Amino acid sequence: MGGITEMAVSLAHFLTVSAILLVLGVFGIFLNRKNVIVILMSVELILLAVNLNLVAFSAALGDLTGQVFTMFILTVAAAEAAIGLAIVVIYFRNRGTIEVEDISTLKG
Amino acid sequence: MMNWTLALPELVLALCGLAILGIGVLPKRNTFFPCAMAVVGAFLLTAVVTLGVPEGTAFGGQIAADAFSRFAKVLILLGAAAGVVLSIDFNAREGLDRFEYPVLLLFATLGMMVMVSANDLMALYIGLELLSLSLYVVAAFNRDDERSAEAGLKYFVLGALASGLLLYGSSLVYGFTGTTNFDSIANALSDPTKASAGLIVGLVFVMVGLAFKISAVPFHMWTPDVYEGAPTPVTAFFAAAPKVAAIALFARVLGGPFGDLAGQWQQVVVIISLLSMVLGAFAAIGQENIKRLMAYSSIGHVGFALVGLAAASEAGMRGLLVYMAIYLLMNLGAFAVLVAMRRQGRAVEQVRDLAGLAKTDLGMAVWMAIFMFSMAGIPPLAGFFGKMFVFKAAVDAGLWTLAIVGVLASVVSAFYYLRIVKVMFFDEQVGAALDPRPATVSLVMTASGLFTLLFFLYPAPLVAAAQAAVAALLG
Repeated sequence: MGGITEMAVSLAHFLTVSAILLVLGVFGIFLNRKNVIVILMSVELILLAVNLNLVAFSAALGDLTGQVFTMFILTVAAAEAAIGLAIVVIYFRNRGTIEVEDISTLKG
Repeated sequence: MMNWTLALPELVLALCGLAILGIGVLPKRNTFFPCAMAVVGAFLLTAVVTLGVPEGTAFGGQIAADAFSRFAKVLILLGAAAGVVLSIDFNAREGLDRFEYPVLLLFATLGMMVMVSANDLMALYIGLELLSLSLYVVAAFNRDDERSAEAGLKYFVLGALASGLLLYGSSLVYGFTGTTNFDSIANALSDPTKASAGLIVGLVFVMVGLAFKISAVPFHMWTPDVYEGAPTPVTAFFAAAPKVAAIALFARVLGGPFGDLAGQWQQVVVIISLLSMVLGAFAAIGQENIKRLMAYSSIGHVGFALVGLAAASEAGMRGLLVYMAIYLLMNLGAFAVLVAMRRQGRAVEQVRDLAGLAKTDLGMAVWMAIFMFSMAGIPPLAGFFGKMFVFKAAVDAGLWTLAIVGVLASVVSAFYYLRIVKVMFFDEQVGAALDPRPATVSLVMTASGLFTLLFFLYPAPLVAAAQAAVAALLG
């Protein structure tokens, strides 16, 4: 084969990827001016960053707690997405739009 | 042998919730009123069970039953029961009398109870999400109303973000201490010099997530919109029990597992406390919508309560708990008046709609004036004692800046509280008089008013209970 040096994927790599995912998720919520669905996707991205973190730590520590925590987060994230979509649906029925810039009836 | 009886209050409440949900859905007719009554009954039953639960930890250290959780749970159940009672008349008139409403409040309350007795980051997260998911739904409960839907949407987005940040912090804390259990984290951190940078970042993320939930500045931006848009009884519920639960959780997380890192989190709490007090005082001045005004007022109150936490002492924690108990009770009274604001069958929510209230309903005007004076911190009403306890603890801890800014902020906030009194007693009435208040409102208003008015005669039981709670927390 030759030429390809083998590089181990260390804990730091996982943490870096998950930090990047978290930042993407947070920026997706605050910079996105288009659509509420994108915000829901960003929330999922943040939760995935957390799950990646927990599983990586769990493997590095040789401790199962992190993976159990991940299972709980996956379950709750599903419920959260269902409720989020339901609220988006009633919002759309009232306003006929889910553009982020239009969500500004309440202010002051 | 696992001691599951320690979780008996939560189990009782969960079973009651499932039973009420099952019974509520079966009959063909509207079951809102019987379900609401059953939920209030379940809260009372749970409160009685809570008082009889022994102390200890259960479920592999996930749940802790101690004097602290008992104190918080009784307050939460009281606030939640009053929240359900306040909704009975309002929801029937606004067409929101569906039986899911009290059941959702019940599950939110269950979430709060799990939160305050959590002894592990996992139990904390599950409790917090059970609370948040129920509250997202009730915020948008008036689903044909644009503003209610918008309130639900905004609350959902920012609440989900807060949960995400809290979880990210939890994952870092887990990674750098190797455990999610509060007692083990406290052991791992018993030598604060060993705390790694990653752990501190995790702690900050956890604090940011919790600061969102207690709506402390600079993480408060959802509060005014959600308080204004949600139906009034929902706002009354939001401002009472969940706030107490979130503050209690904040105190437990910082005082328990991270107690030895007080040097690290103290500065953060000082800053968010200062900002909350100042913003709460100034931003409410120009508000015409009274629900929005009360939102800023509640942000200010969180700032005052955090003064006690910033002191990071036993007296400070005790002040925090006493403050939240008093805040809960006087706030319920004030919101009872807001729920009763209705003209010719239509709910109104501007400050000027209270004009001339003293001529048409002197009783309600007098009680509202008492709540406003108490929130402004005027002796001998209950609100004064709450502020006195936290400011004294801050001065004892050498936090003079915090105490002085707090007193000044409370002077500024007196302006808008007294403006409401002035509008009620001295302004000319515009339009028709407010409709007669329903009996449920009178009940909550009178009970909370009597507490606010007469607290100074017999403050010892509340202070002693708070003292016992703090002793259990700081061990």
